[in-house]
Amino acid sequence: MDTNSRSPVPVVARRAPRVLTYRVASVLALLFPFTGIPALLASLKASQLNAQGRLEDARAQGERARDWCWYSLGYGLLAYFVAFIVFLFTARNHALFNTYFDDVMFTRVAWRSLLKGFWINIQIFLWAGAIVMVWALVVALLRLLPGKACRPIRFVAAAYTDIFRSIPAILVILITNFGFQTARLPVLEGFSTIQFGILALVLVYGAYVSEVYRAGIESIHWSQVAAARSLGLSYGQTMRHVVVPQAVRRVIPPLLNDFIGLQKDTALVGVIGISEVLQRARFLNNNRATFTGYTIATILFVVITIPMTRFTDRMMKRDQARMRVG
Amino acid sequence: MAFLEMRDVQKSFGANKVLRGISLDVDQHQVVCLIGASGCGKSTLLRCINALETIDGGMIRLDGDRVSGRGVDVDALRTDVGIVFQSFNLFPHMSVIDNITLAPLKVLKFERAAAEANAIELLQRVGLAEKAGEYPDRLSGGQQQRVAIVRALAMGPRLMLFDEITSALDPELVAEVLNIVRDLASDGMTMMLATHEMGFAKEVASKICFVHDGVIHEEGPPEQIFGDPRQERTKVFLRKIIEAGRL
Repeated sequence: MDTNSRSPVPVVARRAPRVLTYRVASVLALLFPFTGIPALLASLKASQLNAQGRLEDARAQGERARDWCWYSLGYGLLAYFVAFIVFLFTARNHALFNTYFDDVMFTRVAWRSLLKGFWINIQIFLWAGAIVMVWALVVALLRLLPGKACRPIRFVAAAYTDIFRSIPAILVILITNFGFQTARLPVLEGFSTIQFGILALVLVYGAYVSEVYRAGIESIHWSQVAAARSLGLSYGQTMRHVVVPQAVRRVIPPLLNDFIGLQKDTALVGVIGISEVLQRARFLNNNRATFTGYTIATILFVVITIPMTRFTDRMMKRDQARMRVG
Repeated sequence: MAFLEMRDVQKSFGANKVLRGISLDVDQHQVVCLIGASGCGKSTLLRCINALETIDGGMIRLDGDRVSGRGVDVDALRTDVGIVFQSFNLFPHMSVIDNITLAPLKVLKFERAAAEANAIELLQRVGLAEKAGEYPDRLSGGQQQRVAIVRALAMGPRLMLFDEITSALDPELVAEVLNIVRDLASDGMTMMLATHEMGFAKEVASKICFVHDGVIHEEGPPEQIFGDPRQERTKVFLRKIIEAGRL
């Protein structure tokens, strides 16, 4: 024992189980009895074993009590949340339920009209998304041009991203549409309202997405550039074949985030009179005093967005399985 | 006139003077090994030769042509001078064959068939032909480094620079990489190596340069540098190497 007392390594005592903690937690767990009762039983058993001096068995029982307590927390919270939602919709004689799901829900006319509107949203999304993907990359590359001579170009690119990220999207939509349309500028004069909507969304989302691209490009280690340049590839070729392909793979998750945002913001172009889904839901609300149009619009957005995220997840996993970026 | 001439080459990173006036001649078919402690400037010197770093003073000539300072076509210079890095730096998103053919296709404008045939032939020489379709992360460090050497050779360089190419490898993988360098030396490739493999340097080098504090402190044939070093610093350095059992 003498050697032990001088040893620099502290001797760990055999720890007694934390009986009291289990007891308090399992009593709280009773708020959700299905898992609370087993929790309490296990904790009682644990203190019994502890009193008998069977520390190892007591610890095992204690661990079971702890697991049941966590189950109580998880499932209990879910159960109470569901109960709350059900209460919300059924209170006052199903008032809320009736608001969101009235007869219009089951009329073909409403669905057909809203689907027609939603198709416009999808078209705007696809066009704007495709243009943004290219436009944002151009902006990001301009902003990263090296050398003193390119400083003005970098400045313009930075100013563009700063300004358009600071203006609310709905404002950009209003400004581009009413401003450009009334000014009758040469090229833009022939634009339809939908095209102005797409232009506005491209301007806003181009700013966001270019920042995502920029972060991706900057995250590629400089040694990759050194390797490419040392083989005689020019700066442009290095970007095109070595840096950008790696950067894009790396930023797919945040990129997807922005595209989901874009998909949802297509609902904003209603303000310039495009009869997209939200606009039509609003009509329905005005003309027939029903909120159910909004419910249908909600369903449509959810149905289109969730598969999109799942699809991208799968695609990324497949890509990563083939090539793990170091 | 020597194939590669360096006169009073200087390079600083901020206040840190890394190269303080390096002068060195490399003749064709020579193998020059740079030895010295880490941070003495070996790697920087190699990176200056193919213009990955711009030099602050002095001048570098390759085959009589000035390749430092303003007005140099660095992309053309780099097709003449290949470099292999300590950390391989293969492109992770490309297969082995694409890593090798990228520069011949895009810079030298080879036909794809010709570039691939050339790549396969080089891969066969280093014993990796069956890995052509693999991605770099499926290869061992030694295999990756061999691919990196092939990638540089595919450009048909007249001078090869090797920057501590075995320092990041597990000991059992070093030999497979050094064998390739040995083969290149016997084929008459002009080469400069920054290395800590003293035994290897002794074997392949036609000239050893001991770099210390940004200058070439002593240079000479391997027998003289390793057998009879004249400078005190060289002696101290080699004594430490021997103590570590590396020579």
